[in-house]
Amino acid sequence: MVNPVMTASGTFGYGVEFQDFVDLSQVGGIIVKGTTLNPRQGNPYPRMAETAQGMLNCVGLQNKGVDHFCEHIYPTIKDLPTQVLVNVSGSSPDDYAECARRIAGLENIPAIELNISCPNVRQGGMAFGVTPEGAASVVKAVREVYPKTLIVKLSPNVTSIVDIAKAVEAEGADAVSLINTLMGMAIDAEKRKKLLSIGTGGLSGPCVKPVALRMVYQVAQAVQIPVIGLGGISCATDAIEFLLAGASAIEIGTANFLDPAISQKVAVGINEYLERHGIADVKDIIGALED
Amino acid sequence: MKKYILDLQVVEVSRPHERYVLLKLTDPNGPLPEMMPGQFAQLRVDGSATTFLRRPISIHYMDSTLNQIWFLVQIVGDGTRQLATLQPGDTLNVVLPLGNGFTMPHSVDDRILLVGGGVGCAPLLYMGKAMAEMGCRPTFLIGARTQKDLLQLDLFAQYGDVYVTTEDGSYGEKGFVTQHSLLTGSTKFTRISTCGPKPMMMAVARYAASTATPCEVSLENKMACGVGACLCCVEDTQHGHQCVCTDGPVFPIEELKW
Ligand SMILES: Cc1cc2nc3c(=O)[nH]c(=O)nc-3n(C[C@H](O)[C@H](O)[C@H](O)COP(=O)(O)OP(=O)(O)OC[C@H]3O[C@@H](n4cnc5c(N)ncnc54)[C@H](O)[C@@H]3O)c2cc1C
Ligand SMILES: Cc1cc2nc3c(=O)[nH]c(=O)nc-3n(C[C@H](O)[C@H](O)[C@H](O)COP(=O)(O)O)c2cc1C
Ligand code: FES
Repeated sequence: MVNPVMTASGTFGYGVEFQDFVDLSQVGGIIVKGTTLNPRQGNPYPRMAETAQGMLNCVGLQNKGVDHFCEHIYPTIKDLPTQVLVNVSGSSPDDYAECARRIAGLENIPAIELNISCPNVRQGGMAFGVTPEGAASVVKAVREVYPKTLIVKLSPNVTSIVDIAKAVEAEGADAVSLINTLMGMAIDAEKRKKLLSIGTGGLSGPCVKPVALRMVYQVAQAVQIPVIGLGGISCATDAIEFLLAGASAIEIGTANFLDPAISQKVAVGINEYLERHGIADVKDIIGALED
Repeated sequence: MKKYILDLQVVEVSRPHERYVLLKLTDPNGPLPEMMPGQFAQLRVDGSATTFLRRPISIHYMDSTLNQIWFLVQIVGDGTRQLATLQPGDTLNVVLPLGNGFTMPHSVDDRILLVGGGVGCAPLLYMGKAMAEMGCRPTFLIGARTQKDLLQLDLFAQYGDVYVTTEDGSYGEKGFVTQHSLLTGSTKFTRISTCGPKPMMMAVARYAASTATPCEVSLENKMACGVGACLCCVEDTQHGHQCVCTDGPVFPIEELKW
């Protein structure tokens, strides 16, 4: 990776949508849309509600399935000038494993990110991501068939994210990323109606940053594997805060909607910070909080 | 079409009506990019604590000689209220051009009916201009609640014939656009393009279907990214969920499940 900046799944499409705005060779990597074994229609409209300094979404993993991805999308993105990672979701450990196995055969996809946390699927992601046993069962199944780099993306909607992180580390995850969206809800008081089609959705954007930062800090203290931090990052300073909290890399999500060029700007801003502080290598600020 | 993030400069702000603001902007750094009628821009709203996302607004008018782009905005909430406070000289950050745009006539003999309701008229002005440049003369059918809500009629009249309905009968014929006598007359249109409130567009779509006239509508689903990345703006179509921001905002009615 040319730098520790990646774009978060579900917020950057397949990367090509942003090529007019971002020189992809200047971002470390992109994590493409959540992919499942079978095609998924996703939830009905409306899928989005704006909130104070953030938004709720209940897209519900709309995608055309892993075979469509391999046959039709992969050829169009495999030569993008950055690392392309795939975010994988499922409704059973076997689903995850089969999806991962099919992606393992794609030469230019160096890693996958397992979404064991997407809160939108009524009887899917949530169940695995909220208990250490559930999370471990998915990672175990995928680890058996997926030899490349395996990142596990954690849900913040849990009592102890540290316990889940430890459980997936024990099953052989190569890294963890956090956080996925926080479960929320929005109501239109005038109309007395729910604003999202399925009632609830995942909260993202600057409003979740303090929660994300705290979780990244705690997890980084507790595991040996690299931690990828995300949740509300909108500028280089936000990104630096996550690195200082112990993240080895960061992802940018919702901020891409406000400024489609933000990922590249954050990468530049991190370098400016390093220069300003006379730090030679970004690795030197990872977890480098002073007392 | 290549998309741009631009810092536009406000040249002129007017309030044709207390609920609408007309913004005229220029790009101080060079010529504005090419845009098609029916496309839209995502406007960043600065200075409103409650407005987080950009606001999608249609390209109302665009003049490459003046290097100006216009937006006609109806004030409905905090975001649009904040846009209405812009002053000449202010900067407005936009992402554009987005979406597909209206179908252009195939020949100068095509008889195109452009039906607009309320602020849905906005993109039809630029459509009229583009058609006039091709040598076509569209017919505009414009609906509003009252005479006060009719905007830019003189400008529409430069490009085509203008027919009007108001709900209270204060101007033009009384009623809804689909009740206008133009539609029961002898003129057979090659295509109808419409933009406005959903009930109006649905009525227009029913009329078009009943007369076997090709018809396309411009949808206004809520958006986050505007570039096809987030899948928030989807419309359930005959081909499954499609993004209004990239597959639309203009859809032929036969693709919709209306
Ligand atoms: C492709 C596209 C083109 C558009 N072009 C124009 C245009 O040229 N001029 C113009 O004035 N408006 C246009 N709109 C609608 C405009 O984007 C919304 O009115 C605006 O985002 C409202 O922002 P707000 O913060 O003022 O209101 P909010 O506080 O977000 O909402 C206030 C009220 O308006 C309703 N509302 C919000 N967004 C929409 C929407 N997209 N459609 C219908 N109701 C909505 C809300 O439900 C709420 O009741 C367009 C929308 C789309 C998707
Ligand atoms: C519209 C939208 C779609 C998302 N889709 C996915 C997804 O498919 N898989 C996933 O793991 N996370 C998904 N996420 C979560 C983001 O990747 C990210 O974890 C979250 O938004 C927090 O980061 P942010 O505040 O920077 O956006 C989605 C988020 C949004 C806003
Ligand atoms: S608004 Fe994001 S896909 Fe249309």
